[in-house]
Amino acid sequence: MTKSLALTRRQFIQSAFASAIVARYGIGALHAEEPITVGFLYVGAKDDYGYNQSHAESAKIIGELPYVRLIEEERVPETVEVQKSMQSMIELDGAKVLFPTSYGYYDPHVLAVAEQYPDVTFFHCGGLYEEGQPANVGTYWATVDQAQYVSGVTAAHMTKTGKFGMVSAVPIPDILRAVNSFLLGARTVRPDATMQIIYTGDWNVPVKEAEAVNSLADQGIDVVGCEVDSPKVIVETADKRGLYSCGVYASQAGLGAEGFLVSAIPTWAPICQYFLDKSIAKEPFEHTIIGGMAEGYVGNSEFGPAVSDEAKAAAMAAAEGLKSGTTKIYQGPLKDNEGNVRIADGESYSYGDPFIDGIDWLVEGVTGSSSI
Amino acid sequence: MDAFGARTDGLAGRRRRPFLIRSAANAALAEAILIPIAAVGVAFVLFGLFLAVVGSPPLEVFSSIYRGAFGTWFSWQNTLVRAAPLMLVALCTTIPAQLGLVVIGGDGAVLLGGLMAALCGLVLAGAPAAVGLAVMAACAAVVGAGWIGLVGALRHYRGVNETISSLLFTYLAVSVFRHLVQGPLRDPETQNYPGTYPIDPAFAIGEIPSTNIHWGLAAGIVACIAIWIVIKRTPFGQAMRVVGGNPRAARIAGLPVGLLTVAACALGGAFAGLAGFFEVSAVIGRANSALYAHYGLSAVLVSFVARHNAAAVIPAAIAVGGIRAAGGLVQRAHGLPDATVMVFEGIVFLVVLWSASWYGRTPLSRMAADGK
Repeated sequence: MTKSLALTRRQFIQSAFASAIVARYGIGALHAEEPITVGFLYVGAKDDYGYNQSHAESAKIIGELPYVRLIEEERVPETVEVQKSMQSMIELDGAKVLFPTSYGYYDPHVLAVAEQYPDVTFFHCGGLYEEGQPANVGTYWATVDQAQYVSGVTAAHMTKTGKFGMVSAVPIPDILRAVNSFLLGARTVRPDATMQIIYTGDWNVPVKEAEAVNSLADQGIDVVGCEVDSPKVIVETADKRGLYSCGVYASQAGLGAEGFLVSAIPTWAPICQYFLDKSIAKEPFEHTIIGGMAEGYVGNSEFGPAVSDEAKAAAMAAAEGLKSGTTKIYQGPLKDNEGNVRIADGESYSYGDPFIDGIDWLVEGVTGSSSI
Repeated sequence: MDAFGARTDGLAGRRRRPFLIRSAANAALAEAILIPIAAVGVAFVLFGLFLAVVGSPPLEVFSSIYRGAFGTWFSWQNTLVRAAPLMLVALCTTIPAQLGLVVIGGDGAVLLGGLMAALCGLVLAGAPAAVGLAVMAACAAVVGAGWIGLVGALRHYRGVNETISSLLFTYLAVSVFRHLVQGPLRDPETQNYPGTYPIDPAFAIGEIPSTNIHWGLAAGIVACIAIWIVIKRTPFGQAMRVVGGNPRAARIAGLPVGLLTVAACALGGAFAGLAGFFEVSAVIGRANSALYAHYGLSAVLVSFVARHNAAAVIPAAIAVGGIRAAGGLVQRAHGLPDATVMVFEGIVFLVVLWSASWYGRTPLSRMAADGK
C-alpha cells in the first residue's frame, strides 16, 4: 500500500476549523492576550460619599481600560478577612494586581499575603512601605490636607461668625494637619478665625458625627468641616441646622445640601495607572508614591451653590499658589494652641519634609486637644 | 414493641408509625435535626425571591455562594478561618442561654480580652513561647470572664436586663479600649493607625499544619464539644438547665441561682476573651482597632441558629462563616453590593427564630402523639 498524500477526513476537518478561526478572529486569536484581572478592596461602602468612593471612582477609571478586568469588594474588615478576600481574588478570580485601599489592611495583612504570592503585585493606600518589605508591594498616599487649606479660604469668605468646627475621627498626624491647614487657610482671610475640633473616636460612626454637628451648631459655629470616612451625615446634618459645610475625599455636591461649600479630594487614578502599567510590563516600580497638589493627586471639588464669586476666586488663587509652590501653608511665625512657638519667624516647610509628616500639635486658634 | 418496631401490644386499629418517630423522644430528635434544615431551606427560597426581585439570577448566585464557601479547598479554609472566632464568641451567648439569659455583648469581652493578651505579650517578652502563650490566653479569658460575669451579677443582684446591659457594656469596652490604645498604651510608631507595641513574635501562635487556618479553629471546636459535655453531662450543666427551666423552682430546690448566673456568664465571657487572644496572637500581633471586628452580632446569630446547643454551634458557625466567605465572590461575580449577604444572614436569622414555633407542631410530633 502506498502512503496517501491526501488528507484524512480528521485532518481535513481540523485544518478547516483552524482556517475558519483565523479568518474570523485574525492570527491574534491563536494567542490572544487575556485581560489582566485587577482587584480593589474597600473597608466601607463604595458609594459612601467619602474615602471609599474616592477609591471606587479611580477603580472605575482603571476598569474602563480595555486590557483590564476589574473586580471589587466593599466592606472588607481590617481583620484576617481581608487576607482571605485578597487570596480569594487571586485563587478564584486569577487577580494579578490588587489595590487594598484601607490603611489598616497593610500590617500584617497585605504583607502576609504578598509573601505568599510573589507574582502578584499589591498597591496599598497609606504610604506605609518600609525598606526590606516584600518587593511586590507598593504604597501611595495623597496629602489631602493641602486642599483643606483651600476649603478654609472658601469658608472664611462665607462665614459670618468666623467660628469653624471640625468633626474628626481620631487625633493622628494626618487629621491634625488637616485641621491646621483649614484654619491657616481661613486665617489668611479672617485673622480672627477660630476652630473647634471634636473627635468621634472612629472613622465611620454616623450617630456621633451627627451629634457633633449639632453640638457645634449650638455653640454658634457656622461652618463645619470634617475628617471622617463618610462626610454624608455631617453635610446633611449641617444643612438641617442651617450651617455651611466643607467635605473631604469625595464631592458631597450630589447630596443637594444648600450649605455645602467645597470638598478636599484626592485623585488616585494616575497613581493606580502608574502601578498597573509597571506591573503589566513587569518592571520595578517606586515603592512609595506620595504627592499633593503639585503632582495633581489632590484638588478641590466643584463649589456648592452658596459659594460667592469672590470666595471662588480667592479659593482658586490659593489653589494656584499651592500648586506652583509659591504659597507655603506652614511658615513662621507659628505657635501651637498651647502657646509654644513651633515655627520661628522666617522659617517655612514644604510638603515631603519629615517635619510636616510629624505634626502632632494644633495651631493657635484651635480649641481642642491633639490627643484623646 | 420489640426491637424491630413491630407491634407486639396487640392493639388493633392503630396506625403503624414509621420507625423514626416511634416515640416522642425520637420525634423530638428528628425535629431538632430537620427543622433547622427546613428553616435554612425556607430562607434560601425567600432569598431567591429577593434576588429575583433585584434582578439577579438566584441559581447562579447560589452556585457562587457554594463555590465561594465550600467549592474548593481554598474556599473551605476561607470559611473555617471566619468560623473560628464565631465559635468561641457564640459560646458567650450559648452558655448563659442555658439559664434563659440572652447575652449579646461578646464583642466587649473580645476587645478587652485581646487587649489583655497584648499587654501580657509585652510584659512577658523574652519568656519561653509556651509560657507566654499560656499566660496571654489565661489572662484574656479571665478578663473576658470578669466583663461578662459583671453582666450576670447585675442581672442577678440588681435585676438589670442582661441583653441591654451586655450591649451597653460593649460600648463601654470600646471606649475604654480606644482610650487606652490611642492614649496611654499607644506605640508612638503607630502614628496614623494607633495600636499598642507589637508583641514578641515568638508569641504568634501560628497555623494548623498544611493549612493557613490558625489554631483558633481547633480551640473553637474543642471548646464547643467540651461545653456541650458540661451542659449535658455534669451537675453544673444540669443545674444551669434547671434554672433556665424555672428559676423559682430552682431556688426552692436549693440551687445557688445567683452563683450559677454569674458563673455561666463568666464562662461564656472567658471564651469570648479567648477569641480576642487568638486575634492578637495569631493575626494582628498587637492590639489595635482591627480587634473590633463585630464578631459579636454574627455570633449571636450562630448561637440562635444552633438553638443554644454547644455542639450545633460548630456547624452553625461554619455555615455563617461560609456565607461571609462567599460574600466577596457574590460581590465580584454578580456586581451585587456587600449588603446582599447581610440580607441573606438576616433572612436566615428571622426564619430560624420563626421556626422555634414549629417544634412540637409538625406532622412528625403529631404522628408520635397519635401512638399514645
